[in-house]
Amino acid sequence: MERNEVVIKAGKSALNYWREVWRQRELFWILGKRDVMVRYKQTVLGVAWGVIRPLMTALVMVFAFGKIAKLDQDSSIPYMLVVIPGVIIWLFFSQSLSQISNSIVGNGNLVSKVYFPRIIIPFSSLLVGLLDAIIAFLIFFVFCIYYQFFPSWHILLAPIFLILAYLAAFGSGLFASVLNVKYRDIAQIIPFVVQFGYFISPVAYSSERVKNEWWYPIYNLNPVAGAIDGMRWSLLGDFAKFNWPSFISLLIFVIISVLFSIWFFRKNENSFVDHL
Amino acid sequence: MKAISIENISKKYILSHKKKKFQNLKESISGFLGGLFTSKDEEETKEVFWALQNVSFDIEQGDRIGIVGSNGAGKSTLLKILSRITEPTNGQVKVNGRMASLLEVGTGFHPDLTGRENIFLNGAILGMKQQEIKRQFDEIVSFAGIEKFLDTPVKRYSSGMYVRLGFAIAAHLEPEILIVDEVLAVGDSEFQKKCLGKMKDVSSSGRTILFVSHNSTAIQGLCNKAAFLQKGNLVKYGEVGEVLHDYMTSISKFQLQQNWETPDNAPGNDQVRIKNIEVIPEFVNGSKNIDVRTPMKINIEFWNMLELAHLNLSIFLYNMTGECVFNVGSQAKTFSKGLITGILEIPANFLNDGSYYISAMIVKDTADPIYFMEDAISFDVADWREGTNWYGKWPGAVRPINISVKTWKVDGLI
Repeated sequence: MERNEVVIKAGKSALNYWREVWRQRELFWILGKRDVMVRYKQTVLGVAWGVIRPLMTALVMVFAFGKIAKLDQDSSIPYMLVVIPGVIIWLFFSQSLSQISNSIVGNGNLVSKVYFPRIIIPFSSLLVGLLDAIIAFLIFFVFCIYYQFFPSWHILLAPIFLILAYLAAFGSGLFASVLNVKYRDIAQIIPFVVQFGYFISPVAYSSERVKNEWWYPIYNLNPVAGAIDGMRWSLLGDFAKFNWPSFISLLIFVIISVLFSIWFFRKNENSFVDHL
Repeated sequence: MKAISIENISKKYILSHKKKKFQNLKESISGFLGGLFTSKDEEETKEVFWALQNVSFDIEQGDRIGIVGSNGAGKSTLLKILSRITEPTNGQVKVNGRMASLLEVGTGFHPDLTGRENIFLNGAILGMKQQEIKRQFDEIVSFAGIEKFLDTPVKRYSSGMYVRLGFAIAAHLEPEILIVDEVLAVGDSEFQKKCLGKMKDVSSSGRTILFVSHNSTAIQGLCNKAAFLQKGNLVKYGEVGEVLHDYMTSISKFQLQQNWETPDNAPGNDQVRIKNIEVIPEFVNGSKNIDVRTPMKINIEFWNMLELAHLNLSIFLYNMTGECVFNVGSQAKTFSKGLITGILEIPANFLNDGSYYISAMIVKDTADPIYFMEDAISFDVADWREGTNWYGKWPGAVRPINISVKTWKVDGLI
């Protein structure tokens, strides 16, 4: 048993904090596992929902954008394959964002009764979305077989875009989770962002389509656009272009938002319990 | 060696009245913008509330500390600071050794997960490693007595099962310092017994315990030291008996005597008026408050304003729940006008611990109550026991220890 003195006072050192996070890493898995296990409890279809949701989303989008808006006419590959990378990233991002932003309030009973580094809670929200993302990938492969499409080596880079999408959700979600403790307005805003965000992100269409518009540079500032463009490039190979401007803006967004949010989180975490 | 040293900690809360400081985003923004353009003479009634003020004491390793104090004294705040849920505003605490705090039973239980899953979840939240939990799993399950319901979601548990499971997990933590808050307030007496037994085990193995409870019997039995908090200040810290005595006298709202100088303002009617009614304890063994060992006298004096009345005095003793424990009366005698005294002796080792109320009735001609003084005085009997490891509430309206149960052996084993 480790014998070390803990000093409790206002304001703690950062080094100790991260050491403690590391020591309690098991809790990260446990909390993540809990979220996964709880998800499909008392459902008839169980994990099948993990398949149904992305599949239905993709089908609806193919129908709405491909058939009704007739975007599929100038697509050289089946439109389903264009949509799925967008759906993978979008579902993963939006789910992580809502989970993370609600994580502190949702686990208020823990926060007010037990001590552990609070940042483990939003971190652990990763697992649920990740599991769904993996299922969505499997769906993509099934469609690849169906359409006899063979992905290129780019696919090896897919995890990078998944991680970046997660970090973007983490950066903004963490900030929101802190605000949400005090201002429950956040709980109203997030569903709104999730509901309409995909219209301003290239989920169901390729960003190639809008590249000649004057607002295209602004459009590229959307971090989700960067992640989706990247994912589409990695899954579809030569059928999608790598969009450098959006990728760079994604990188910048991730670095700034994650660092800022962690600072902001650390600054406020000790007073969470007074506002819950 | 010091397990915990608490140095001058204070905790401040700011209560804002009437005008709240921005509670939602809109107010925050408009308030912030407004603040840019207007001078800040707008009155905001803020009240600084010190939940704890300059509390310092040291806890030696192996000490079992009871923390007492009435509601709002800062007990919970102190525990929250010690268990690191909230930070002190000033001062610091040094903790030596692995600490586990149990502010609630079943923290983090998820209603949809099964008992088995929750054991791992809760254990991890309380700081156990998965290996430790696996090793102690069977023991936890049998301590909680939920073998049959291991794979049932805890939302279908009875509240008793829920609490038992929660405590069972916590009881198998092996911290060097254990912080426990009021856990014993829940569960049936069987379970409370189990909890106290377990805490006794923990303390006898030389670990440090901090224990907040309103059950002073439990504190007396378990702890060797106590800290008495009042309105955020540490009033007394030291040997458990002394601290408890101070605490008990401070909360005692009991009135041992009521006395009236003249018949004019005394309660009663034109036939009789009460002059004095009091409880006179006869303290033994140097104790300073009434406990179950203390014999006492109930003394009642009243003015009789009737000529040649055939009177008797009847005394009622009620317990806290309002049940009449007994009613005894004096022989009816014929009195002329004047002051009359009656005394009732309550022997030692007769009453149970708890609060008691006394009512007195004056009866004429053995059938006609002429005055009934209800809840005239009240007193509190503290607990005291020896030769037992059990500190739960002793049942019964009275505890007549002298009426004993005898056992003897009649035969060898068959």
